[in-house]
Parts: sequence; structure tokens; C-alpha cells
Amino acid sequence: MPSLLLITIRRLRAPLILIILIFAFSMTGLTLIPGVDENGHEWRLSLFQAFYFVTFTATTIGFGEVPRAFTDEQRLFVTLIIYLSVIGWAYLLGSLLSLAQDKGFQQAIVSRRFSRSVGGLREPFYLICGLGDTGMTVARALDKLNYRFTAIDKDERKVQELEIEGLSTDAPALAADARSPETLTTAGLLKPECEGVLALCNDDETNLAVAIAACVLRPGLPVIGRADSVVTATSMASLGAYRVINPFREFGEHLELAMRAPDTQRLLSWLTSAPGSYLRPSAPPRMPAAPGHWVVCGYGRFGAEVAAAVRRGGFKATIVDPSGAPAEGLRSVKGLATDSAVLREAGVEAASGVIVGTDDDTANLAIAIAARRLNPEIFVILRQNLRASRMLFARFGANITMIPSQIVANQCIAALRTPLLAEFLDIVRRKDELWAFALAEELRALVGEETPRFWSFALSLSETPGLLEVMERLPRPVTIDDLSRSPRSREDRLACMVFMAVRGADVIELPDGDFAIRAGDRLLFAGRRAAEESLRLTIQHTNVAAYVLGDKIEAEGWLWRTISRAFAR
Amino acid sequence: MILEKVVFGFFILLAATLNFGFVYGDIADPSHHHLWELFAATIVSLIAAVLKFGDRSHIGAVQLASSLVVLLQLFGAALVWFFGVGENPGPMSAAAMGSVVSLSAGALLANLVSVVIMVIETTIQRR
Repeated sequence: MPSLLLITIRRLRAPLILIILIFAFSMTGLTLIPGVDENGHEWRLSLFQAFYFVTFTATTIGFGEVPRAFTDEQRLFVTLIIYLSVIGWAYLLGSLLSLAQDKGFQQAIVSRRFSRSVGGLREPFYLICGLGDTGMTVARALDKLNYRFTAIDKDERKVQELEIEGLSTDAPALAADARSPETLTTAGLLKPECEGVLALCNDDETNLAVAIAACVLRPGLPVIGRADSVVTATSMASLGAYRVINPFREFGEHLELAMRAPDTQRLLSWLTSAPGSYLRPSAPPRMPAAPGHWVVCGYGRFGAEVAAAVRRGGFKATIVDPSGAPAEGLRSVKGLATDSAVLREAGVEAASGVIVGTDDDTANLAIAIAARRLNPEIFVILRQNLRASRMLFARFGANITMIPSQIVANQCIAALRTPLLAEFLDIVRRKDELWAFALAEELRALVGEETPRFWSFALSLSETPGLLEVMERLPRPVTIDDLSRSPRSREDRLACMVFMAVRGADVIELPDGDFAIRAGDRLLFAGRRAAEESLRLTIQHTNVAAYVLGDKIEAEGWLWRTISRAFAR
Repeated sequence: MILEKVVFGFFILLAATLNFGFVYGDIADPSHHHLWELFAATIVSLIAAVLKFGDRSHIGAVQLASSLVVLLQLFGAALVWFFGVGENPGPMSAAAMGSVVSLSAGALLANLVSVVIMVIETTIQRR
């Protein structure tokens, strides 16, 4: 990237030379033209005096006729000088202004500022490509979790949107094409502080390009990619992407879960929701029981996943689509679903539910309203595409509103938070509803309804030095109950629970309070932020751990500790 | 033939020749060194420096550096002249004249470097 100073000077060559010539001409003339003093003697300005005079005249400061009054011949020449120098300065200023308004020059300034603020990042950060609804949601959530990030989007308005979003830290964002590896490098891909890349653009091609660039330039760096088509998803997975998210597949799975096990779905969406969200009311909307009949409006990539999910749930489905594309084993009605006649033909009046999933929010609302009018009892699952229409959707109050961008964003955040969490969520998906309900209630009683924080650590010398030292001294094994006591007062319990303990290849889900931990175990916690901070104190500082675990407290310094141990012997 | 190259070569050569003309003569004799020649050399060197702005090649960078050296030396010579003359009329002292000329002789050296670089650059061109 050429230096801005060089560009500026290069563009100002002509006006600068003009000004030098004007100065030379004026100084020469002023020095050559004789003046007459009050005694009638002839005098001339020296070159320095001429330079002084031209300098203050050309810059319109005008100290007057220095060193003494001029003759009319001199004044005639000075008049010429004044006009010449005004032209010179006007030319210079004009060139400067036109340079400042030059699109390319402004672009150079913006990208220079961006790369400087990226270069100044000294904390771990993530690189977000694409600031659509998904990218924005992820950006907001990362900000709430106190992660730093940089962002790229090819649309300048999206970048400006991020700037006025009011995040707690200034996130560097650039309007550029994420497909170019140079852009990614400018955004900090090669910096060791870059902890992961999130490819969340609207088109698959760009996301794949980002994933390839990240894989080649930084092998092993976690890449979370959004892939709308199966082909892209496969390519990304074969690149070794950390996590590939297909919004349509994800939506279908959510829907299936919501049909099969609403309590599990409620727990999952609570655990994966953005920080600052709340648990949904305890009675999740009850789906109509199978066998029943569903009307699916819109049979694109999205509708296909939905229809498959409905059929896996044991229901019959009818598809309404303008193209009338025949789907195997499903009845399909050709026509626009906004038309009541078409809906009636699809059997809305007798159906137990309708799934409205076109990619047009206005059409979705219109269909849902028409379906409700035809059949007030019908169960409505509504797809909301844009964040901008959230007011209308909230007001309409569908039984379930699904926001694909939100689902993708939540998956991203869950994958970023701690790797163990993703593993635990897989366990939750496999468990039955009763288990999920019990866990949700237990967790709610412990930490409240706000989305809990998750943290994990391994019992190792690098991560838990204090805890390990005390554990070695203690004659009895240390249990999870011992660990979750407050460092302020041992009688109090911290507002957190252990979701999972990993010992070698074994995974113990929801270990009991008297589960004895050992060095090498990895633990996943969920709880309040204050609990996390207290627990971090316990695991890092020997004396805190000694107090929490009920051992005697030793001196902090090595000398005193040695002396006191010697006396104790 | 490119007009830009003609102008460029013209100013670099003119800066060197004017500078040489000023330096030529007995080093401490004020009658051998005229103020106007120093003035002309300074102005031409300024223009030569601005012409070299913004060339991104390595040779361009060295050219610009040599021009900046020329300007520094000539400004120094002009300042010595200014203080050497002072308020009193009459010719300058031999000591002041000597230092003015030696400073501009330094500028001449840098100007010669400029000319040499320009000649080298010309011979590299195969067209």
C-alpha cells in the first residue's frame, strides 16, 4: 500500500512548482526595481527582504511596505505579485480539496485507518466476514461476551450500521470484498491474536472463498462457516472447517425437535441464546400430536428441509408453492399461498398446523393471517427473515417464530464459547424430554432465568495451580461440592453447576455433588459471572483453595512457608 | 521523446550547472561568487526536488534524497550569506565567503550524484 504522504505530494507537484516559480519571479523583480528614499537616494531590497515581503504578501498577512515606503513603479509590480500569488495558492488549495474528495484517496485513508486499528489489537479477536442479520447478531453477542472482533462486509452501509450500533468497544470494520485474501490479511487473519474466522456472508461462494483462504493461510485456525447448499457444506467440511452451519438444515432440526420434544428445544434455545436473553415461559407451546396434517408454504431449500422434518415427526404434509414442483410422496398445490382459495385447496381448514417459510416477510405474514382466519385453532410456525420486521412478527404472535439468522448466530456463539459446550449440547439432543425439563428447572433454581455463562478448565498445573497443590496435600478426595463453595464464606454455595466432566475418553454428564475430581479431568461449568470469578480465584490461588477445601492456610512467601513447615515437623 | 523526461533532465542538469558556476573561482574571494547565481541555483534545485516527488522506484527514492541534501546545503549557504552580510553594507569577509562556497560545494557534490543517477537510469533504459 503506497504511503498517503507520497500520494498527496505526487498530486501536488504542479501547484508546488507554480508557487516556487511565482516566488522566484517576485523576489527577482522586487530586488531589481529601485526605490527612492526621503533624501532622494536610490535603494534596493536585498534578496532576503524581498523573500520576507513576498512571503507575507502571498499569504495575505500584509505588514505593509517594508523596510520603507515604495515608489509607484514598485507598487505596480507588487500589485502583479499579489494577483499571481493568489492564483498560486488558489490552485494549491483547489488541488488539495479535490484530492480530499477523491474516492480512491478516501478509500486509501479508510483502509489505512482500518489496518492501523487492526494492527493495534493486542487481545484475542475473531474475524467476522459478512454483516447481514446473522453477522450483526454474532457481533452484538461477541461484544456482550467481551470478545474483540474485526468485521468485513462488501456493503458500506452495513459497516456504517455496525459503527452506529453502540458496542462497548470500537470494532474495526471495513467495506471490502471478503473473497480477496489481501482483505482478510488486512483484517488480521495472519495476526497470532486472531482466534477464529466466521464466514457468515449471504452467498456461499464468498463463504467458501473465506474458508479456503483461512485454511491455506492459517492452517488449523477454527473456521465457522455458513453454507446454504449441501455442496458448499461438504467442501467446507473437507477443508477441515471447525463447524459448518447450514441455516436451512439447522432450522429443520430445530423444528423437528420442537415437534418431538418441546422441553428439550426450550432448554437448548436457552443455553445457546445470546447473553442477556431469558428462559422462555415454563409451558412451551404444545405441538399438535401426530398423526396430523401440516400445510407447508414455500418449497425452496427451506421448505424441503421443513417438509422432511415434518415427515420425520410422523405427520402428513401438503406443499403450497408457486412453481408447483412435485415433491416425492407429498401432495402439492400450485399457487400463491397468500390466496385464500389456494390455502383452502391445500386443506388449511382441517389441518393441525401451518408452516410459513417463504423468504419474503410480508408474504409470510399475509399467509399466516389468512390461515388463522380460515382456521382459528391452527398451529402457526412462522419464519422471520429480517430483523427489521421483528415488531410485526412479535405483535402477530405465531405459536413459534423462527429466525434463521438468529439460529445460525446462536450456533456460532455456542461453538465459540467453549468447545465442551458443543459436546454437551449434543448430549442434550440425545436425552428425552423429562431429563431436559428437570435440568432446566434445576439450573433455573440455581442461576435464575437469564442465560447462564459457560466456562471450562482442565485440572492441570497451568490452569489450576492452586487447586492442584491443595488437592495433593489433602488426605481425602476433593468432590464437586467442595469445589463449588464461595471463597468469601465456605458455608455458601456458588451459583453454578457442573454440566460435564471429561476424564480421558469418558464423559460424565451432570456429575453428582460427591463426584471426586482428579488431576487431568476437564470440567464444564454453567452459572453466573460472579460464580465464575470466585471459582477462578479458588483454582488459581493456593490459599483460597486451602480455605475453600477446608485445609489449613499457609504463608504466601516461600521463606515463611519453608520455616513454618520446618517447625511443624 | 517524452516531454516529461526532457523537463526532468533539464532541471537536474541546470541545478548542477548553476551550482557549479557559483562554486567556481577562488573560494574566499567575494568577487568570484555572485548572490544571484546562488539564488538561481536554489530555485532550480527546489523545482528539481518537487519534480522528484512521488516516484516509487528505488532510484527515484535516491534521487529525492540527493535533492533534499542539495536543498539543505544551499539553505545553509544562504543563511551564512545572510548573517555574513548583516546590516552593514560592503563586501563580505573572506571567512564568511569561504564557508558559503564550501557549503554550496557540498550541494554541488549531491547535485553531481543526481546527474550520475540520471545518466545511469538513462543507460538502463533499453528503448
